Amino acid sequence: MEDAYLVALLTLSATIRVSTPLILGAMAGLFSERSGIVDVGLEGKMLAAAFAAAAASAVTHVAVIGLAAGIATSVMMALIHGYASITQRGNQVVSGVAINILVAGLTVVLGIAWFHQGGETPPLPPEGRFMPIALPFQDTVAAVPVLGPIYARLIGGHNLLVYVALATVPLTHWIVNATRFGLRLRAVGENPQAVDTAGISVAWLRYRAVILCGVLTGVAGTYLSIAQNANFIRNMSAGQGFIALAALIFGKWRAWPAFGACLLFGFLDAVAIRLQGVSVPGIGEVPVQFIQALPYALTVILLAGFIGKAVAPRASGIPYVKEH
Amino acid sequence: MRVPLPRWADMALIPVANVVLALFAAGLIVLIIGENPLKAVRIMVAGALGDSEGVGYTLYYATNYIFTGLAVAVAFHAGLFNIGGEGQAYLGGLGVGLVLLAFDRVLPLAALIPLAVLAAALFGAAWAFIPAYLQAYRGSHIVITTIMFNFLASALMVYLMVNVLIAPHQMSPESRELAPGAWLPQVKPVLAAIGVTVARSPLNLSFLLALLACVGVWAYLWHTPWGYELRTVGQSERAAVYAGVKPGRIIVVAMLVSGALAGFVGVNEIMGVHHRLLLNFNLGYGFTGIAVALMGRNHPVGVVLAGLLFGILSQGGAELAFEIPAITPEMIVVIQGLIILFSGALANFSRPFFERVFAATARA
Repeated sequence: MEDAYLVALLTLSATIRVSTPLILGAMAGLFSERSGIVDVGLEGKMLAAAFAAAAASAVTHVAVIGLAAGIATSVMMALIHGYASITQRGNQVVSGVAINILVAGLTVVLGIAWFHQGGETPPLPPEGRFMPIALPFQDTVAAVPVLGPIYARLIGGHNLLVYVALATVPLTHWIVNATRFGLRLRAVGENPQAVDTAGISVAWLRYRAVILCGVLTGVAGTYLSIAQNANFIRNMSAGQGFIALAALIFGKWRAWPAFGACLLFGFLDAVAIRLQGVSVPGIGEVPVQFIQALPYALTVILLAGFIGKAVAPRASGIPYVKEH
Repeated sequence: MRVPLPRWADMALIPVANVVLALFAAGLIVLIIGENPLKAVRIMVAGALGDSEGVGYTLYYATNYIFTGLAVAVAFHAGLFNIGGEGQAYLGGLGVGLVLLAFDRVLPLAALIPLAVLAAALFGAAWAFIPAYLQAYRGSHIVITTIMFNFLASALMVYLMVNVLIAPHQMSPESRELAPGAWLPQVKPVLAAIGVTVARSPLNLSFLLALLACVGVWAYLWHTPWGYELRTVGQSERAAVYAGVKPGRIIVVAMLVSGALAGFVGVNEIMGVHHRLLLNFNLGYGFTGIAVALMGRNHPVGVVLAGLLFGILSQGGAELAFEIPAITPEMIVVIQGLIILFSGALANFSRPFFERVFAATARA
């Protein structure tokens, strides 16, 4: 009994760690997409940030500098996407795909040229990473039955960026729903003409949304390479940007439901790792690939209209042309 | 003052200018990592076109790029963005592999070739069908669903290869080797039969299938009523409805054709080169198809030219990595990304410049 309780706790704790980049990615995509800019480039921005953070931290051994480099690089990518989508009125999906492919190649090319380790960056010492934070009295409280492990293992024991990710959810909800900027952001995603008529710059609003998106994917990528892991590995985002996009759609472009979807997808992943090679009573061995494919399958089923209806912001993907 | 560009400038000058911009950006990256871009170009061209082996590899890569480029182009003409070429190519290969594993010891090659081509088309089309249907009749966006289907294809293939199709007593997830009678003839022995000597390369008869597919797509899009309907839907769904065309049906048909074309990658890879089913033989071809289609302006002739360029890049890039270890094969991926960016998302980046040039020369 004690054991099952601990296993459950550890699985939940793993869920939070696996969900962190998804949450950041989903909130990032939310800002962009609610402003009418489709972003299939979350994956690429996360990967770029992961590389930049690990590279900067490998040189300086200062985690915060890594974070800054990750965010700066990701914002730069976001600005390329913004320039192509907003100023040049190019195809937003094409631009996102271009960024994904460009980054997938560039991180390896630069990684090998700079670090000569087959595309990886050197392993980082603890001061170059975001390490788990010890909560006050963690060790004394851990001994308390039932509640102790929750405090020490589920609430505590994570690094700073995990808490940052959790904080972005209410923050995003508040910005989008309760601030003037958020109101305009939603308006520009549904009806840019109306926003323009009100004398507000559509382009500037969308640029701000895209930059916010870049900041958050920057944190997500930084988390991958210098918090969750201790160096950059080629293609280490491994589709998590796309899962974040799926979670955003699954949550119907709203902060809390998207957060729920991230936790669900993260939980599936945590369970998949735990179930590897384990026979489940009554079902037998569940193929890991099946559980890994579930987020994608669920999103398709949702999009097919079988679980409610996911309706994208009305102006998403359409470049805004001001009439003269 | 701006004047509209002449047609030739629109058709040729701007696309070429975009590619030049992309290659220029790639050259900057080569400079950043401390190598000489001009030397890199020389090595690439020599490696890709210098001897018959290089040309063979270049055309082998181009075969895949033509298939996936055509796939993206057909969907584009119907106003659809198929970024599921990756998954459709994977499934196409699965179809080829299953048919050949079943019949390679029973049927002659003459029967196996059409069977394999058909299987590739059917499996690729089937993988495109669900996203197509959902787009046409349930309003879910094809970009998102095809992305999801790429991941689903990957999960499905890993499951099948690891658990079902793996050859007995083997560690790596590969099927048994096909009987040599089921291998698609490579170009070296075929040319040797008519007295031409070329070096060994993976180039095989599926290159002819790629050229046939180009002619087929050209005839279909511009010389049949179905192609006319498809392009009408791509231009304006509403206009299509007024003209009595059902957009839903056209969307599904366009995606089936697109998926089938992507599926042909499986013929080249499984029947022509690897001669067994394995993982990741599709890697990157589906996405590069987007670059090929964008560069080739969604026209079969353009797709062939762009496919050849990407073939040169792939083969030349491999040589380059061999000659200058600081430049890795991933440089090709960088160039692909840049071409998609400059030929696709930033397609009109250079237009104002040329409009000013033409206006100035018109006045002079």
